Amino acid sequence: MTQVIMGGCDGENTWRLKDYVARGGYEALRKVLSGMTPDQVITEVKTSALRGRGGAGFPTGLKWTFMPKNYVGDKYVVCNSDEGEPGTFKDRDILRYNPHALIEGMIIAAFAMGATRGYNYIHGEIWSVYERCEEAIEEARSAGFLGNNILGSSFSFNLYNHHGYGAYICGEETALLESIEGKKGQPRYKPPFPATYGLYGKPTTINNTETFASVPWIIQHGGQAFLEIGRPNNGGSKMFSVSGHVNKPGNYEVPMGTPFATLLEMAGGMRDGRAIKAVIPGGSSMPVLPGHIMMQTDMDYDSIAKAGSMLGSGAVIVMDDTTCMVGMLERLAWFYHEESCGQCTPCREGTGWLYRIIHRIEHGQGRMEDLDLLLSLSDNIQGRTICALGDAAAMPVRSFVNHFRAEFEHHITHKRCLVGSAHSEKAA
Amino acid sequence: MALLNIEVDGQTTQVESGRTVMDAARQLGIKIPHFCYHRKLSIAANCRMCLVQVEKAPKPLPACATPAAEGMKVSTHSEYAVNAQKAVMEFLLVNHPLDCPICDQGGECKLQDMSVGYGGGASRFKEEKRVVANKDLGPLIATDMTRCILCTRCVRFGQEIAGIMELGVGGRGEHSEILAFVDQTVDSEISGNAIDLCPVGALTSKPFRYSARSWELTQHDSIGAHDGLGSNVVVQVKQNTKVMRVLPNNNDDVNECWLSDRDRFSYEGLNSADRLTTPLIKENGQWVEATWVEALQIVADAFNKIKDVQGADALGALVSPNSTLEELYLAQKLLRDLGSHHIDHRVRQSDFSLDAVQTNIPWLGLPVAQWPELKSCLIIGSSLRAEQPLLAVRLREAVRNGAQINLINPFVDDLAMPVAHQLVGTPSQLPGLLAEVLQAVAALQNVTVSAALQPLMSHAPSAVAQGIAESLVNNSSCALFLGCLAQHHEAYGTLYAVTVELARILKAPFGVLGEAANSVGAVLAGAVPHRGPLGTHNAPGLDAQAMLSSPRKAYLVMGLEPELDCANPAAALAALKGADFVVALSAFRGQTPNWASVILPVAPFTETAGTFISMEGRVQSFKGAVAPQGQARPAWKVLRVLGNLLELQGYDFESVDDIRAELSHDLKALTKNSLGNELAAAPALKVRASLGTIERIGEVPVYQTDALVRRSPSLQASRLGSTVEVQINSALASRLNLKCGQNVRVRQGQGVAHLVLRVNDAVPDGSARVPVGHPLTAQLNDANGVVSLEGAS
Ligand SMILES: Cc1cc2nc3c(=O)[nH]c(=O)nc-3n(C[C@H](O)[C@H](O)[C@H](O)COP(=O)(O)O)c2cc1C
Ligand code: SF4
Ligand code: SF4
Ligand code: FES
Repeated sequence: MTQVIMGGCDGENTWRLKDYVARGGYEALRKVLSGMTPDQVITEVKTSALRGRGGAGFPTGLKWTFMPKNYVGDKYVVCNSDEGEPGTFKDRDILRYNPHALIEGMIIAAFAMGATRGYNYIHGEIWSVYERCEEAIEEARSAGFLGNNILGSSFSFNLYNHHGYGAYICGEETALLESIEGKKGQPRYKPPFPATYGLYGKPTTINNTETFASVPWIIQHGGQAFLEIGRPNNGGSKMFSVSGHVNKPGNYEVPMGTPFATLLEMAGGMRDGRAIKAVIPGGSSMPVLPGHIMMQTDMDYDSIAKAGSMLGSGAVIVMDDTTCMVGMLERLAWFYHEESCGQCTPCREGTGWLYRIIHRIEHGQGRMEDLDLLLSLSDNIQGRTICALGDAAAMPVRSFVNHFRAEFEHHITHKRCLVGSAHSEKAA
Repeated sequence: MALLNIEVDGQTTQVESGRTVMDAARQLGIKIPHFCYHRKLSIAANCRMCLVQVEKAPKPLPACATPAAEGMKVSTHSEYAVNAQKAVMEFLLVNHPLDCPICDQGGECKLQDMSVGYGGGASRFKEEKRVVANKDLGPLIATDMTRCILCTRCVRFGQEIAGIMELGVGGRGEHSEILAFVDQTVDSEISGNAIDLCPVGALTSKPFRYSARSWELTQHDSIGAHDGLGSNVVVQVKQNTKVMRVLPNNNDDVNECWLSDRDRFSYEGLNSADRLTTPLIKENGQWVEATWVEALQIVADAFNKIKDVQGADALGALVSPNSTLEELYLAQKLLRDLGSHHIDHRVRQSDFSLDAVQTNIPWLGLPVAQWPELKSCLIIGSSLRAEQPLLAVRLREAVRNGAQINLINPFVDDLAMPVAHQLVGTPSQLPGLLAEVLQAVAALQNVTVSAALQPLMSHAPSAVAQGIAESLVNNSSCALFLGCLAQHHEAYGTLYAVTVELARILKAPFGVLGEAANSVGAVLAGAVPHRGPLGTHNAPGLDAQAMLSSPRKAYLVMGLEPELDCANPAAALAALKGADFVVALSAFRGQTPNWASVILPVAPFTETAGTFISMEGRVQSFKGAVAPQGQARPAWKVLRVLGNLLELQGYDFESVDDIRAELSHDLKALTKNSLGNELAAAPALKVRASLGTIERIGEVPVYQTDALVRRSPSLQASRLGSTVEVQINSALASRLNLKCGQNVRVRQGQGVAHLVLRVNDAVPDGSARVPVGHPLTAQLNDANGVVSLEGAS
């Protein structure tokens, strides 16, 4: 099984430059600099059907073509290592165990788009990872992979790490840019998109850590080879952060299109052999799906979309039959309520409203009309906000209420939890 | 620019590319509900009230932020759009208090208006509402922060229009709130505009608070009376008797939708307890109330007697440049008909050398609306934000469009915008500094400076002077302006002459920043000694300074507080007190009993009809908004009756229209033809070395421009109004062994002022900023002289 990103990384001692080079690292960069044109690089990435690993799954090669070609002045590439989506913990492992894959990917991306400077925006609470990235960049600089006239070519590129401050919203790409600029992390209205008006008003492309880290492999082995690992329109392998009621939670890099059932098996199956109740397949912002549907679904963008959710960031949250869906949704709603930047009305006012209703239901004060109100409010938030956090707050609510309505109704009529007995059983 | 075809609600129009759906709708007269959008501010797109349906778009889009595209079809009132708008309205109201009955915004609240159209009947919100603590933003702006809908208009106003971000959004999500910086108030000279911008009752006028409901007020168009811009205002009146509030009237050629705090809050002075409501005369050394007939007869008799005994030459008049055209015209007519040309409104000026060589009326030189198109400008001697708050706003726009601002000033000024070059020196150095720029410009353009100015060309240009010269030469659309500090300068004629030469070489417009509401109108009306109305030249009379240094036997003083408004208060008081007879026409009692013989209560601008001609030559007439208080009468009526009592011919005016008609049947054309900044010849130059230390930099504080502003308690309580200090730099402070914050005695001539010392390295060595026009410095004399400083406990 080909692992594009973590192949050959099996522990603490794989992150140094020498280890990376031993795995064939920076060969892709050499290949690029010894004769490829920027357009050829972009064509390879397009062929690979690599899609953004940050959540939206936007085709990466296509995104790179949005950067203006004959622009006079600085252009930027920015890596989104903010990784704040609940359930997601893959990017920090890439930074921890294979940082040079990211660095090499960013250099190649910069070459392809004519960028002169890059920033790697790292999640606020992971200090040691930040320090490691600093060391890795220093190694790359010393070895001539970063800086002026890289490997003797006419191409120059500088890369910097930027340590965030721990706000989920700073993972939204334009809030991230504001944050790098030293401002309050608040999303910008788009258009203009970052490719026209990005960091410091300059053309900028933002990609996720895993997206960039996939690029060296694509260049080295060709876009077609990458595509063939996965499925048409869903190229490559992908890291899934499996958490919840499984025996071996962790990151698993598998080919796109791997059946969920296989992934669950790799993660050691359900804890205590309990029945699977529900799965959020793509990070907390994505709709939840009942377990039986997931068991029939493959792990790629298109299959999950068909099943009614999204692959998102690849965080797979598995819930067994002891899970109270009302309590679960209350916790999620609290998160989005807390993390809303507060800029736009539907999200600022709506997330708090949603949370308060769900909180009431969870605490035995629900009213039957609350359920339709929740759905209506979700409709009124989704698609009406400046950034996708509004959608992220609404989608879980709608899916939880739709798929598990009976459980919500039980809470309202009996003023207690449907799975309460299961809870106490577990406690005993 | 490419034009795009776009259809809104079935109507088609064309907009330039880069314009938004909102622009297209506005062009078609289609109203889209909105809160955060404001045509003068950047787009925030945060309220989401303007959501509309766009064909083929998968979701409703905000009209204010969606760029128009070719062939776009928009529905602003379809069911789909209205549902989206209603949903936003519901979200806006969930945490909004239902305190409309006690809210000052009631009746003029965008949220209230729109909730009538878009709000639901009963709320689906059953949770607890959020409460946000109020903030103390100073004496001008009251807050009810629970009402805030976080549209950030007030924040963007600070960043973009006022140039200082005094308000920001603190916190996040539902905890977001509008805040000033820790322990700071909102202190900008145009802060009150945030009140107008706030679509709800979160920011309201503190002086106006709870004093009236908006629907009780009648509206009266008028003109701002405190600077040369001629801001269009609405005076709001309760029960036809009391001015309750002044708001801007939109005029994109003048003040746009903005108003300076000075013009907005000065109205408080109209209702001051210091208002004169009855004529006062002196009987046996005591002031007693009198009838108009008695008082005016005393004046007429006194003037006649002095004229008969001493000759008309013994009569003089000092008049306020904030008086109306009609008042100024009648005042000079009266003086001239009595046989005297000693009349002047330029009471702060000290150099009148231009009078001999200037035939036309000095003006701004470039219409205000064209300022934002400047690519470079040089402003000489101006604390611009205090003198011309809204011209500074225009310049900020020019800077956003890429303009370079250059300054020559007696201190480093903070314009709240990027300044390319600032050339700073003590007052006596300013002509030399300006001459350096002239020299550098001449060199760059390869022309020789006229022989008359050669005596000034002694220094090689400094790097900064060179920078200014390059900025002017390299930007064809540049202009030069002389501010109030220049106009009050003891070598104003010299500064002016150098500016004329610079403008000639650069082929650039140049002008003067009119100090008062009617600085241009006063010259046109003939309220100057060297030029009668219509430009007739008589044997020149005495100017404002000469009238005091060669005192007259009788004076007419109109609208002035000479102890504060004259360039040399000590000299002014001495002359007035030494005169046989002084008649004061004043709205306020103030110090008039100390120097007047008869005090006549006259109406301020809100209580009379009249005309101001702005510094750009805009003729703007207005009507009274309320009847004069008590026995006060419009000054033009008082002067007319006085003319009759003096048995002069031609004082039978029925209205201000009659007075204007006598001056000209086409005042606009007359004004247009009379404006001109060129000189017939070079004036006598003043070239001199330092005055000696410590040179006084005498600037008029922003809220000390005139009697009315001085009587607005809120303006006086604001930080700008309440900060009165002497400023020197740290080098001088250490030589004098003085510390920042300590009390000092400032001495000048016989006078002493007790002030707090602020050490500020923006002030050049060897000089001290000591404000003029302020009661605390009224004991001092020449605004341009030297002072000494000593520590005081
Ligand atoms: C609220 C919010 C949080 C986000 N957080 C992250 C994040 O932590 N990491 C990330 O890569 N993308 C995140 N995104 C998505 C980014 O905005 C952006 O789409 C992504 O970085 C693009 O990279 P990609 O094309 O490689 O996926 C977030 C989006 C939203 C709306
Ligand atoms: S959707 Fe929420 S997080 Fe995004 S900009 Fe609006 S308020 Fe901020
Ligand atoms: S205070 Fe008023 S203007 Fe400022 S954000 Fe709140 S509602 Fe908008
Ligand atoms: S007016 Fe368009 S979003 Fe506020």
